[in-house]
Amino acid sequence: MNTHCTDTLIVGGGPVGGSLACALASAGISSVVVDRVPAAELLAPNFDGRATAVAQGPKKMLEQIGVWQALGTEVAPIRDIRVADGRSNLFLHYDHADVREDALGYMVENQHLRHAVLTAVTDAPAIMYLAPNEIDALEHSETAVIARLKGGDHITAPLIIGADGRNSFVRDHAGLELTQWPYHQSGIVCTIAHEEPHHNIAHEHFYPAGPFAILPLTGNRSSIVWTESEVDAADIMALPDDDFIWELTQRAGDFMGALEVVGPRWSYPLSLQYTKTSTAPRLALAGDAAHGVHPIAGQGLNMGLRDVAALAEVLADARRLGLDIGSTQVLRKYDRWRRFDNTMMLAATDVLNRLFSNDIAPIRMARDLGLAAVNRIGPLKQFLMRQAMGLTGTLPRLLKGESL
Amino acid sequence: MTDTSIADEEVARFAAMADQWWDPGGDFAPLHKINPIRLEFIRDHLCELAGTDAKSPIPLKGLKILDVGCGGGLLCEPLSRLGASVTGIDAGERNIRIAASHATRTGLDIKYHRMSPEEAVASGQRYDVVLNVEVIEHVADINVFMEACGALVKPGGSMVGATLNRTLKSLAFAKIGAEYILRWLPPGTHDWRTFVKPSEFSAVLRQQGFVVKDLRGLTYNPVFDEWTLSRDLAVNYLIYAVKSKD
Repeated sequence: MNTHCTDTLIVGGGPVGGSLACALASAGISSVVVDRVPAAELLAPNFDGRATAVAQGPKKMLEQIGVWQALGTEVAPIRDIRVADGRSNLFLHYDHADVREDALGYMVENQHLRHAVLTAVTDAPAIMYLAPNEIDALEHSETAVIARLKGGDHITAPLIIGADGRNSFVRDHAGLELTQWPYHQSGIVCTIAHEEPHHNIAHEHFYPAGPFAILPLTGNRSSIVWTESEVDAADIMALPDDDFIWELTQRAGDFMGALEVVGPRWSYPLSLQYTKTSTAPRLALAGDAAHGVHPIAGQGLNMGLRDVAALAEVLADARRLGLDIGSTQVLRKYDRWRRFDNTMMLAATDVLNRLFSNDIAPIRMARDLGLAAVNRIGPLKQFLMRQAMGLTGTLPRLLKGESL
Repeated sequence: MTDTSIADEEVARFAAMADQWWDPGGDFAPLHKINPIRLEFIRDHLCELAGTDAKSPIPLKGLKILDVGCGGGLLCEPLSRLGASVTGIDAGERNIRIAASHATRTGLDIKYHRMSPEEAVASGQRYDVVLNVEVIEHVADINVFMEACGALVKPGGSMVGATLNRTLKSLAFAKIGAEYILRWLPPGTHDWRTFVKPSEFSAVLRQQGFVVKDLRGLTYNPVFDEWTLSRDLAVNYLIYAVKSKD
């Protein structure tokens, strides 16, 4: 049995936990990262079939911490976003030229992102990556947390960070109260190959059952995020390939030519959940462990990466003042910084979903006119875009592309 | 009753009191809130003195620091983590025991002594830096106290001072506001009449052979619940002075 002392114990080696470890390492803060799943399984193509739209701010951070470079060419820029109410002609058009950036965001398949994060984690001498492993017992003293891992080793650190997703062990162990409600919707996710190029345009259609998105991947491929009621989603998932493609084409339209599903189809139940506070004594939560949102605006992982940028900055600054990085005073700053942004995003995605996931005529008309109006009001549209891109508010240094 | 059980009781008693000094929500909450900005001021000046990069892991390595009136060690511990060799002295026996007990549990090597600065001078030790933070307004004779503090600094070394100004604004904010209205501090913590004006602090430093290099105010931002450095010296201020080399 060994006891290992480190600056931070991070539970969860996914994009959020791994990026946090890399960001901290860039400021000389060491970490032990523990993940339940063996690395090989985490990286298998069938482990996580989703793709993520990484916003500009988080992309700049990933560049700073060496993750973006490890992605190589597995990145597809989104140059245009077209938002439409169902198949209606009234649509909101977002163009990257409007915000003077080369792209509105970047599509990255989660398996590639996981691979890049793990590569950067492995390359950093300040990070010890332990997988598969998990915490058997956890206690905290006045000055440290002490975790006993499966196999008997002990980890001692002034701070534990839960980046262990929606079913966070760290959150539940600390007894942080979780508020949640289900949407009774499921997100069907798959990758399609299509005849015609996508020209790096993302499409989001709002149908009564929920949003339907076509997001450009590398080559002639796109990622589909397709929301249906739980019942309908189960039926659609059970369809044979030909019928599935037919249903998909009904919603996507035929502008991409012939379609083919590549790899497995996935279905995830959708729910909203959040904790009132993301910190407890010697403990902080980041990413889905603290807040899970509706995927309607593609903000889930981006929120998690913004948590990473804020937490890493708060901890690096505290460390450079010689402060105890696990103290309540330091953690409170992180909680405060992120609460406003996260609450706004939770509320916005929830309202969007409620507004669009119905077919009541007056609401439908109002939102069509609303979308068209937003499109004509330059400053408002720019603000909404910059907000979604993670470029507003008091930005952490990493999101501005600066080093810690 | 055996000696061992008495010792255990003592340890438990001081550990409980240390929780007050070290509880960011306890009696010393205002000190915890103001600490980061003071540390930033101290660190930046000391890095300049030592010629080191504030972003390096132990930028204060090699500096011998004395904290006069160290209390529970709220400044000693961070400065020790930044690599300095730190000694804390305080007139209060209880403060010294609390500070020493906390440093042990945190695993930091800090020397604590119940001692006045005059006694420290007599012991013969000299330091690169002497911290004089929120003590000058509590001493009986400023000149005697400052003469001792000045003598403890090596030639070419420096002193950091922090205290409250004696203005109508400080009477309103630091005394009546903090003690009676906001209840940040127990009433009677400060006597406004003993507060020291920056001009008085500077004058007494000059008498001891120091050159004042920096003088900054501290301003509280209620929205972010944070202190920042400012030009407003009317309430809280920080002073940095370097002792001449000869």
